[in-house]
Amino acid sequence: MTFEKIHSHAVSEWEKLQSSNKPRILVGAGTCGSAAGALDILKAINEELGRQNIEAIVIQVGCMGLCFAEPMVGIVKPGRPQIIYGDLTPKSAIQLVNDYLVNDKPRPDLAMGYIGNGKVDSIPNLFELPVLKPQVRIVLRNCGLIDPENINHYIANGGYSGLVRALKMTPEAIIEEIKKSGLRGRGGAGFSTGQKWDFCRKAPGEEKYIICNADEGDPGAFMNRSLLEGDPHSVLEGMAIGAYTIGANQGYIYCRAEYPLALERLRLALQQMEKYGFIGNNILGSGFSFHIKIKEGAGAFVCGEETALMASIEGKRGMPRARPPFPAISGLWGKPTNINNVETWANAARILQKGGDWYAQYGSEKSKGTKTFALVGKVERTGLIEVPLGITLRQIIYDIGGGILKDKQFKAVQTGGPSGGCLPTSMLDSPVDYESLTAAGSIMGSGGMIVADEDTCMVDLTKYFLTFTQAESCGKCPPCRVGTRQMLGILDRITRGEGKPEDIKQLERIATTVKQGSLCGLGQTAPNPVLTTIRYFRNEYESHINEKRCPALVCKNLISFYILPDKCQGCMICLRNCPTEAITGDKRLVHVINQDKCIKCGTCTDVCPPRFSAIAKVSGEQIEVPLEPVPIKESA
Amino acid sequence: MNALGQGLTKNAFFATLPTWLSKSTESQVPDELAKIAAEYEGEKGALIPVLQKVQGKFGYLSKEAISQIAKFSRMSESEVFGVASFYAQFYFSRRGQHTVKVCLGTACHVRGGERILDEVKRELDVESGGTTKDYKFSLERVACFGSCALAPVVVIDKDVHGRMTVAKAKEILSEY
Repeated sequence: MTFEKIHSHAVSEWEKLQSSNKPRILVGAGTCGSAAGALDILKAINEELGRQNIEAIVIQVGCMGLCFAEPMVGIVKPGRPQIIYGDLTPKSAIQLVNDYLVNDKPRPDLAMGYIGNGKVDSIPNLFELPVLKPQVRIVLRNCGLIDPENINHYIANGGYSGLVRALKMTPEAIIEEIKKSGLRGRGGAGFSTGQKWDFCRKAPGEEKYIICNADEGDPGAFMNRSLLEGDPHSVLEGMAIGAYTIGANQGYIYCRAEYPLALERLRLALQQMEKYGFIGNNILGSGFSFHIKIKEGAGAFVCGEETALMASIEGKRGMPRARPPFPAISGLWGKPTNINNVETWANAARILQKGGDWYAQYGSEKSKGTKTFALVGKVERTGLIEVPLGITLRQIIYDIGGGILKDKQFKAVQTGGPSGGCLPTSMLDSPVDYESLTAAGSIMGSGGMIVADEDTCMVDLTKYFLTFTQAESCGKCPPCRVGTRQMLGILDRITRGEGKPEDIKQLERIATTVKQGSLCGLGQTAPNPVLTTIRYFRNEYESHINEKRCPALVCKNLISFYILPDKCQGCMICLRNCPTEAITGDKRLVHVINQDKCIKCGTCTDVCPPRFSAIAKVSGEQIEVPLEPVPIKESA
Repeated sequence: MNALGQGLTKNAFFATLPTWLSKSTESQVPDELAKIAAEYEGEKGALIPVLQKVQGKFGYLSKEAISQIAKFSRMSESEVFGVASFYAQFYFSRRGQHTVKVCLGTACHVRGGERILDEVKRELDVESGGTTKDYKFSLERVACFGSCALAPVVVIDKDVHGRMTVAKAKEILSEY
């Protein structure tokens, strides 16, 4: 079948769906949507449709990235724009089917916004909402809007036209186009994609490989998962284009085993590609052949590093090796290999569809295009976002993220996962691009963005990252193996209140050594959280070390819980819930916490009725309370 | 964390296994393994997929399984164990009926994941990486499920429980 025929078939299927006289219901059922209850909603809607005898088309789509509003449903009535509803429960979803589909009341109170042409009374345009307005959706353009399990939906929306175009171009011209776009590696290092492809293309050797790095291991990051679940074909199209350019006939996708849905969608997508002749031998009559194999990761963070990843594909321990030789010269099985991140491949496909100049209009001077981020932590609107590079951190956190949860004070934003750094308030107005983030001591990374507020202890957060990198260090090179352990030991001591004044200097010294001496990216970047927190939050280290005090009231050895006698009403709720029976008291007696038994779990604070708020959490001070339960003071 | 990190030295691993396996299951191992190995005949770098398939079939990698895999892949047992123990996914002892995974990704950490883990440890009386004496639960701490928007998260078998609190964690465990 020619591409023209495939394309017109896909378009007619898509248009038939758009102009169908049946209502359409799109349920966001990615991993996070499902975790929030999307499958229960789906079941409830299907049952209600059956009960009401309504014929509707129900489609499971990927994630739109508005995780804070999950579970979400979009409803399209014939001739009307799609209305997106958020925060649904099975009950409200059933009500919605009745109100909108049966009685034609669109329920603006449940709606977030509409998408498409036309207007609906009292419902705003979804893309004009503060959360979406600053965003530019290039790689996420289809997520949540098309059926990820239907290749025709992708084709009808411009999909695979980039591959068709590429197959008619010379590899040199494709590399030129990618260079023109200014695309840089979205795995975090930011190397020019065009140049990388060029190196591998020019490397001597008949047999070459390409790899898609989908081993998204950074804790707090799920951009690649959402893209693979919501629009797998965009990544595969990019890979086919790259393979043709470089001259590789075999590709690998190395994906985390923790992403079962993404793996399932990739497998299905590959079958569909094969059916249409977009993969296999003699692709679309071009004479070019290309095959893709999926490799499941086995749970090792270091395998996100390119040389470790290749060792893992070869069936070995996933340990990195020294470079040079770079993978472009000697990679998988010793052959020239080009490895790119999921998002880079998806961007490459779009660039071939729309042109390098089109792509370069977005972003800043040295960092072109867009980047996806997983915006999580203490922000109001958590989710997956895609923004033009050069946007400021403030715009991301306050405009898109809606500010800090419960109106608390912003403290830091952490970019780049365990390899990145923590940036303070003074950095909020710096632009998000490769150079600025590196200058600030952090990195772009693959796109985790975790917001911390006044209740987050920066020393504890640093200890958390070091616990992670220390456990994941493969142990091959001593700076990383020994250095991460030593840094973790010192941090642990500081958080226990046993820090020494010379610890900060010692930490800095070890961190610099590990950064300079480690073999791979894991070790070279593992000290970043230490160095940035010392640089921006030195006072917190000093409080822990000199005053034995944790200002954020997090570090367990440095905090105490007390029950305030003038507030306690003797209700016995905390007493019953305390896991270690550290609380004594009785009805109408002021309760007392036995400090020796208290494990500082915070349960009493959680359960104490807000109208009493009788639990005080303090650090570095003592509160005078009775030692034994005493009768409560009757209010006058 | 790998098996060695869970306090299991290599010698202890070979000494203690696989006492719980009944004879009948043990004798199935070579047959099943032959089938799995046949699927990957002649494929380069197939060791990890074979280990994954075998664990998928038997729940963990027994000494018997490792020695059979070594034979099929013409490697030494220590090489196979060396690869398997490098990756967090592989287990070398019998697992509990349910696997409780407490997420300690960054988002879960800043939203109180550590407190949830402490509570689960206390409730089940087991350390992370361990299995309860009655083989009902295995407890793991994991580094991110990618459900960060629902932090903190606990996953029991395949059910994701989001927006956890200490009290809720206790309640959910009692449902199993």
